[in-house]
Amino acid sequence: MSVDFEKLADQEYKYGFSTNVEQEIAPVGLNEDVIKMISAKKNEPEWLLEWRLEAYKNWLKMKEPDWAFIKYPKIDFNKISYYAGTKNVERPKSLDEIDPEIRETYDKLGIPLEEQKMLAGVTNVAVDAVFDSVSLFTTFKEKLAEDGVIFCSISEAVEDHPELIKKYLGSVVPKNDNFYACLNSAVFTDGSFVYIPEGVRCPMELSTYFRINAENTGQFERTLIIAEKGSYVSYLEGCTAPQRDENQLHAAVVELVAHEDATIKYSTIQNWYPGDKNGKGGIYNFVTKRGRCIGDNSHISWTQVETGSAITWKYPSCILEGDNSVGEFYSVALTNRYQQADTGTKMIHVGKNTKSTIISKGISAGHGQNTYRGLVDIGKNANNARNYTQCDSMLIGDECGAHTFPYIEVKNSTAHMEHEASTSKIGEDQLFYCQQRGISAEDAVSLIVNGFCKEVFKELPFEFAVEAEKLLSVSLEGSVG
Amino acid sequence: MLEIRNLHVKVEDKEILKGLNLTVNKGEIHSIMGPNGSGKSTLSQVLAGKDAYEVTDGEVIFNGKDLLELDPEDRACEGIFLAFQYPVEIPGVANTYLLREALNAKRKYNDLKPLKHVEFGKLAREKMKDLEIDESFLKRSVNEGFSGGEKKRNEIFQMQILEPSLAILDETDSGLDIDALQVVAKGVNSMKSPDRSFLIITHYQRLLNYIVPDYVHVIYDGQIVKSGGKELAFELEEKGYGWIEEEKAAKV
Repeated sequence: MSVDFEKLADQEYKYGFSTNVEQEIAPVGLNEDVIKMISAKKNEPEWLLEWRLEAYKNWLKMKEPDWAFIKYPKIDFNKISYYAGTKNVERPKSLDEIDPEIRETYDKLGIPLEEQKMLAGVTNVAVDAVFDSVSLFTTFKEKLAEDGVIFCSISEAVEDHPELIKKYLGSVVPKNDNFYACLNSAVFTDGSFVYIPEGVRCPMELSTYFRINAENTGQFERTLIIAEKGSYVSYLEGCTAPQRDENQLHAAVVELVAHEDATIKYSTIQNWYPGDKNGKGGIYNFVTKRGRCIGDNSHISWTQVETGSAITWKYPSCILEGDNSVGEFYSVALTNRYQQADTGTKMIHVGKNTKSTIISKGISAGHGQNTYRGLVDIGKNANNARNYTQCDSMLIGDECGAHTFPYIEVKNSTAHMEHEASTSKIGEDQLFYCQQRGISAEDAVSLIVNGFCKEVFKELPFEFAVEAEKLLSVSLEGSVG
Repeated sequence: MLEIRNLHVKVEDKEILKGLNLTVNKGEIHSIMGPNGSGKSTLSQVLAGKDAYEVTDGEVIFNGKDLLELDPEDRACEGIFLAFQYPVEIPGVANTYLLREALNAKRKYNDLKPLKHVEFGKLAREKMKDLEIDESFLKRSVNEGFSGGEKKRNEIFQMQILEPSLAILDETDSGLDIDALQVVAKGVNSMKSPDRSFLIITHYQRLLNYIVPDYVHVIYDGQIVKSGGKELAFELEEKGYGWIEEEKAAKV
């Protein structure tokens, strides 16, 4: 009858199935030939191949970062395959050209690729579906094009909008930025591209659904979003992967550019396979996400719900260059079983009257280790910059850990900084209270944790907020016995 | 309805209840009184199933079932409700949400269909009117930032929604001013029914002016040492608990 925190139930990961589909997979290992092969597959111009090779050369000289609060065996980058593409599909013109096995996969995942289905439902979301190294299909392209919105895979953008790619690729996260971003620059395969023209409010939510399927491959996607003057876009990414015993690497780069008066809302629901109850398998998620608020009054908002992956290493950041620009970071990170997360943000204040808000909610259960790491940097010309940071940690059980590393650098005396932090253990008293009202221990934990995360969930588009709550409940299953 | 026999309970190796016996029949209101540290609150927590309390001997039968075998949530669904002495705060969880979850968990347990949002809202608003609770109450987080009186009123509100067959009120009167006390008493009295029993745990006789018990028991050193009608409460109020102690000492 007692609540046994130690006992971890063997909860199945709902998206752990794999799809049996014929794929073209590059031989394992990383060298210039592999990079040339990827570049050729994508019909890339010469300059981009050069760009990749330069990144690769730099990467060889770089050292894997070791400052994060995570432990894992050294990754052998020569035992990974860097490309897994579906055979026979060039660029499907309609859904009928997509392998039925894969279509079924997306049905199972609950991602609608049929526009009719979407229109019949309540949601109004355009989807780009990325399967291993290839973007399969993007819905509502024509409809979005009516407003001048470009939403396509990055490979397509390289072919169809080379001027934009040349101008912006690497303009936020330079190709040699850090070890994983550099690796990504060398081998990135696919991802989404979004361009919102001046004055346009994107008429629907845009989303990319990332699926890792192939064994022993890494996924290295690259996403680039550009919001021109006075435009608005809300974008969401979701991620899942099959249940496998080996760890798999995911090293993505996301770049956001917001011009004057533009707003980009970027939401992530990350549910990569977290590994089994003994910590075997799971995705290593090393991601670089950054946005530049270039124009005055621009606004970038990151919202993330991180429940998956064996290891999460990501710091979605904002560089607030334009005067009065605003950066926000809302995060829920949950580590259960043997998951480890080292996540947070960087808010770099450059312009005057820039404002940033950081709300981070870390939940640790099982043997999970959860770290918030954040930097707020107020530059010497950033007069009247303001930051509000709130880091809350919740512990469930006795074997998990929560850690907070906030860094603050202020070079301008007019700055206003507020920082609040709290750590709480999920109260036996709270649990008992709910149980006494008839709610099971498991449901009570999920109720209390969802309450804890409310401030972040309210930043998500409605349908996704509902999804996030459900996901959190499922991820917590087994955290009490 | 409730039959407690020879109940022995330990907390961290210290025996608190030392062979407590009590029978509560359907529709009766029993009051448990006693000095601080006599085991009053322990009794309420043990009945509700708090796991820090170890039952070393005795049994508790509730509606024919062995209560001690049940999880706390199952006890609740079987009809036991505890109005807490110190209701906890649950940030970010709306009152209405907790309560609807609770009610629907109970309904599910009893093979009833869950109540829809609209139905629940109607029910909640009805009860709130009686308890002079503002509608904003529903949206506020559970007990967060509530005054002492609001917390206690919230407990009674929850009790009204969940309609238990045995309601245990653990020092619900503590920290209440006279107005709040009357509202709480009104809420309890409106729920009196031949099918519902109450166990009212209190240190003072004050609450019993408003909720008139059928029986009053005095608990002392982990046992019920004296039982009587409502007049026993007045006697205690007048004389204090000292004479109980002396009486017990004389017996030994």
